[in-house]
Amino acid sequence: MPAVSKGDGMRGLAVFISDIRNCKSKEAEIKRINKELANIRSKFKGDKALDGYSKKKYVCKLLFIFLLGHDIDFGHMEAVNLLSSNKYTEKQIGYLFISVLVNSNSELIRLINNAIKNDLSSRNPTFMCLALHCIANVGSREMAEAFAGEIPRILVAGDTMDSVKQSAALCLLRLYKTSPDLVLMGEWTSRVVHLLNDQHMGVVTAAISLITCLSQKNPDEFKTCVSLAVSRLSRIVSSASTDLQDYTYYFVPAPWLSCKLLRLLQCYPPPEDGAVKGRLVECLETILNKAQEPPKSKKVQHSNAKNAILFEAISLIIHYDSEPNLLVRACNQLGQFLQHRETNLRYLALESMCTLASSEFSHEAVKTHIETVINALKTERDVSVRQRAADLLYAMCDRSNAKQIVAEMLSYLETADYSIREEMVLKVAILAEKYAVDYSWYVDTILNLIRIAGDYVSEEVWYRVIQIVINRDDVQGYAAKTVFEALQAPACHENMVKVGGYILGEFGNLIPLISFNLLHSKFHLCSVPTRALLLSAYIKFINLFPETKSTIQEVLRSDSQIRNSDVELQQRAVEYLKLSSIASTDVLATVLEEMPPFPERESSILAKLKKKKGPGAVSVNELEEGKREGGELNGGGERGGDSSAIAASNAKTPTHYVHLFSMSLLNQNPMYEHSLSFSPLRPRLLICWGSARVPLLPPPLPAQAAYWLMFSQRLASMMMAS
Amino acid sequence: MNEAKCSWLGLIFSPVVLVQIRFILIQNRAGKTRLAKWYMQFDDDEKQKLIEEVHAVVTVRDAKHTNFVEFRNFKIIYRRYAGLYFCICVDVTDNNLAYLEAIHNFVEVLNEYFHNVCELDLVFNFYKVYTVVDEMFLAGEIRETSQTKVLKQLLMLQSLE
Repeated sequence: MPAVSKGDGMRGLAVFISDIRNCKSKEAEIKRINKELANIRSKFKGDKALDGYSKKKYVCKLLFIFLLGHDIDFGHMEAVNLLSSNKYTEKQIGYLFISVLVNSNSELIRLINNAIKNDLSSRNPTFMCLALHCIANVGSREMAEAFAGEIPRILVAGDTMDSVKQSAALCLLRLYKTSPDLVLMGEWTSRVVHLLNDQHMGVVTAAISLITCLSQKNPDEFKTCVSLAVSRLSRIVSSASTDLQDYTYYFVPAPWLSCKLLRLLQCYPPPEDGAVKGRLVECLETILNKAQEPPKSKKVQHSNAKNAILFEAISLIIHYDSEPNLLVRACNQLGQFLQHRETNLRYLALESMCTLASSEFSHEAVKTHIETVINALKTERDVSVRQRAADLLYAMCDRSNAKQIVAEMLSYLETADYSIREEMVLKVAILAEKYAVDYSWYVDTILNLIRIAGDYVSEEVWYRVIQIVINRDDVQGYAAKTVFEALQAPACHENMVKVGGYILGEFGNLIPLISFNLLHSKFHLCSVPTRALLLSAYIKFINLFPETKSTIQEVLRSDSQIRNSDVELQQRAVEYLKLSSIASTDVLATVLEEMPPFPERESSILAKLKKKKGPGAVSVNELEEGKREGGELNGGGERGGDSSAIAASNAKTPTHYVHLFSMSLLNQNPMYEHSLSFSPLRPRLLICWGSARVPLLPPPLPAQAAYWLMFSQRLASMMMAS
Repeated sequence: MNEAKCSWLGLIFSPVVLVQIRFILIQNRAGKTRLAKWYMQFDDDEKQKLIEEVHAVVTVRDAKHTNFVEFRNFKIIYRRYAGLYFCICVDVTDNNLAYLEAIHNFVEVLNEYFHNVCELDLVFNFYKVYTVVDEMFLAGEIRETSQTKVLKQLLMLQSLE
């Protein structure tokens, strides 16, 4: 048994712990625990009042039992009693118990707060710290109410001991985070800022954390901290290693304090005062210089401490984004780390360079490392490092290297972890669209995406390729030809069938030989929504290739379509069959005219990526461009109501009207496919040419009845003209 | 740097807002917890689940991996010392190397205090380990980093009745 220190003994506890460890089974352990619980219970209930030592021992045993994973439903009162002992070891156990087993009984809370109050006013620094630590660890609302006014006073009082100040600062931080309304700014705030000048580095360390948090919500109140922080940092960075003896770690002066100071400075813009700014820039340059000097020690602790400061300094340089010289130097330093033998450093360098890539000052410098990053993507053994490499490629992508980067990302995708595939797909899709000069490359890239990672190609991605093909005449033929070839692969992803079905339905006439059989061979393998899309493609074929009419009609007429258990498929089969048999070729051609170009708005893919990754996903450039340009291709419709009015008035043909109206019924869904979905509230009408009503859609809500009338009238007049 | 750009970067970099330690764990290879210190509210069930998840995540890693792991919305900085994994869970924008060395600093203090610390020391003196933790970390932040000061304080406390 390891030596138990002389101060408190508690031999009984050590024996108990040994007994537990020696238990051969779970049952034996439970038995031993229950025996002890019974023993403790009887001692607590006993007639004789327990002495402090025994109480401490039993409360400690209870704590041990709790930490093993067993519920404890007594002992709180005894623990609270220990708080009023004047012996440190007893108080300590009492405070520990109530911090770990937090109890919301109001009577206990009152007693605890009382004990804390006594300890805070005791002038005994050890007891004051115990009380402050308890408040910091529990941080309840009741404690905040009781003490939020007192703690700032303790913190800034002249006669408070250093260790108490440290604890008070962080205790106040805890209270501020959980009950900010109870920590009021006051005279103490300027005194707190001056703690940055304290000669006790531990006090400075604790105070910085408090100031950093407070300055988020009250930047003006604390802005004097900037020049003080710069002075402090400057003194540390230029100090000889003998100056800060207690705080030098493996030859690095005050590394954690330096990091915290650099972090605090990231809460504010660059200092306005020229002298302060100059001093800070000098500091940052010194830190960058030190990274180039030979190390004072071979130990990894030395280099980690030094590099912790370096990375934080680089974060600050990036945050300011105003010193080109520093940014380029930072980039070069990170470039060296990209090939370091330590995986940690390669990882951090890739991560940090990602943010550097979005700065206009360093974007070009970052690009020079493309080969190293591509190599990392291919060869790193830790998947998180490969992922950072992929993120960096995405961030450094521009017109000059887009083709190369997209090709590398596609090849990475073939073997990527499943958990990251969806994000990779979104990124490749965004890059391909953004930097496409030649849209046939874009089409190839998306089709490759479907081929490699079809399951992870979300709707937004394949809607987009269709929207783009529809909006660009120059790529329609190429797209039709390419999907036709892709569909000939023996095993082809369902998303490929969807894209292929739609594109061939619209533009199949642009390539000489089209085979209905090719599409139909995939039909039975597909899900219901895909089959619905294919049926629409088939009716479009009847229009494009009249020779296929009888074959397709036979398919539509077959039991598996017109008696299909899915109402959507059944409805479509019936309607299309009817449409194909009673409409003349001219009317058919008009109704099944090419889809008009989609209106332009923000890319839904970008929106999806942002949602997926949070604000950090998208670079500054992308956000600003997205706002400026607005002329990007996009999709998406508005919700019903007013937009259908606009749709109707803008419609050039009934088909056009149908398309626009359908888009108006959907949320962000450009595909009129979904507008044909069955709704029990809107009974479907069969096509009835005799009365010149051609609802390919369910009838609208009552408010839009007028537009249906207009629509019917247009169609009627068109039919009469033909 | 103008205001507009400052606010953009604020969105994207979210630099400092409420970054802190979320919890500290010391576990052995078998998954037994030797210390669990929590700096945010979790139910007992949630705590148990977190402990199991952390164990699962760190024990499969080896020398070719980094000492950092993405974990839910946070990250874990960890290092293995003999049979024990020391894990600090921090926010995503926290400084990895600073916390990696904070762990080492803490371990060196334990080593000095318990005279070549081993796992059993942490078991039998569990209530003292909390004292060491509270000297060096508090309210989810680093409190004291000087080994000299921390050990001096611990020895003083040791001498009290």
